[in-house]
Amino acid sequence: MLEIQIDHKRYPDRGGRPHLALSGLRLSVRQGEFVCVVGPSGCGKSTLLNIVGGLDRDMSGRVDLDGAFPEDIGFMFQEPRLMPWLSVLDNVLLVARAADPRAAAAVRERAVALLRAMELGDVLDAYPGRLSGGMMRRVALARAFVNEPQLLLMDEPFVSLDTPTANRLREMLVEQWQRCGASVLFVTHDLREALALADRVCFLSSAPARVVLEHEVELPRPRQPGCAEVGRLQEALLARHPDLLGGLPLAGHARANCEGDAHA
Amino acid sequence: MPSNARNQAQTTSVSPASRRDRWLRLASLLVFVLVWQLGALIADNHTLPTPAAVLARIWDEVASMALPGHLAVTLGRVVVAFTAAMLIGALVGMAMGRWRQCDAFFDAWLVLGLNIPALVTIILCYVWFGLNDWAAILAVAINKIPTVIVTVREGARAVDPKLLDVARAYRLSRRTTFLRVYLPQLVPYLMAAARSGLSLIWKIVLVVELLGRSDGVGFQLNVFFQFFDITGILAYTLAFAAVVLTVEAWMLRPLERRLTRWRG
Repeated sequence: MLEIQIDHKRYPDRGGRPHLALSGLRLSVRQGEFVCVVGPSGCGKSTLLNIVGGLDRDMSGRVDLDGAFPEDIGFMFQEPRLMPWLSVLDNVLLVARAADPRAAAAVRERAVALLRAMELGDVLDAYPGRLSGGMMRRVALARAFVNEPQLLLMDEPFVSLDTPTANRLREMLVEQWQRCGASVLFVTHDLREALALADRVCFLSSAPARVVLEHEVELPRPRQPGCAEVGRLQEALLARHPDLLGGLPLAGHARANCEGDAHA
Repeated sequence: MPSNARNQAQTTSVSPASRRDRWLRLASLLVFVLVWQLGALIADNHTLPTPAAVLARIWDEVASMALPGHLAVTLGRVVVAFTAAMLIGALVGMAMGRWRQCDAFFDAWLVLGLNIPALVTIILCYVWFGLNDWAAILAVAINKIPTVIVTVREGARAVDPKLLDVARAYRLSRRTTFLRVYLPQLVPYLMAAARSGLSLIWKIVLVVELLGRSDGVGFQLNVFFQFFDITGILAYTLAFAAVVLTVEAWMLRPLERRLTRWRG
């Protein structure tokens, strides 16, 4: 579904000198797969998503969407980024695509149904300024799914939320993902969150970032970051690869097995 | 209470504070009239007529259709000059706020435009383009355009690039991005430019008419000045100020409230 091959991505640092953010990064996402990308802070995770999402084209390499159109991508940012002058429903409808003008009513119905599924049916006409942080993330989640995207890019979308709210949002995300079958590329710095959500976790080194480890997560769903299995898996991974999130690049490009690590 | 009903209740009810403000405004107006009346009684000469004398003169001028005719001519010039200044100023301001090279190129022109006295522009326009309506309107617009540019440029610089990224990520068309993502962020600045513009333009229009037109409120003020007719001067000034205040209160303010109602 998605093949990423980034040879170099540079941008000027504060002193104006070129800073190599990504180098030799290879990553693929299969159709309908949920892939989490984990890496140290500032390693270039968001840059990677911006490149895949077409927000940053200044790099050498290629992003192959395997026949999908750029319009088939949904994007959820770290902040909700809702238009404050549009109502909840209009925020979702702003990005909704109708095949032709006659389909507009169907699109509206789909948006309303999605917002109701996100437990936002009572605030369809409210402006974002009246919503809580968790509600705004739910609107952003509905917006990301309204076009039933083939690929969904998510940049630490549940950061700085309290645990119950973030857990509920993760449940909603997994429900919608399983319903529409999108491929998901989810960036986070929280390994437990990645292990709770992903089919596969890709670990990035510190800048210049590249994938240093891929791990297939074989725990049964539903999972939450706080559950014991996820905790044990995290401990096992960090015990086997102590430099994983310490900012130091690991030698080689290992592929670990979930069960083997979990019982190590 | 459903959110719709709650929002409606919040927008239609008048708070005690705003009711008190309304009374204070009325009291302020009454005090002004009282001070004027007292001043006229103390001065006791034709250089400061009483409010009643001015009102009576307004009535006479309305009855003879002289005042409505001159008012209509002046208002027409105000509308055309205001529209031209807002359109040109907004476009140039957006361009200067958006593109640094454009800002660097036009900045010196802008400083010059802001500092040339209105009188000089008016005289030059009459000398170069003749004593006609277009020269008059051009002179007024040239005086206002720089201030619109400055305000809109600030707005364009304050546009949130993260919201524009949402539009890019979802591949919104240029038209939709401009109308639904970019322009709403400029609305407060455009409204500020419009409100300050109206108050500035009608004053300049009077000077333009006084210097080179044979109709309009400014022309009439000049005639009254020749005859030292202070009652006539105050009657026309008050009538025109009332029209401008009405436009401000019944058109611009409601429009601003409507466009920024999401701010709550």
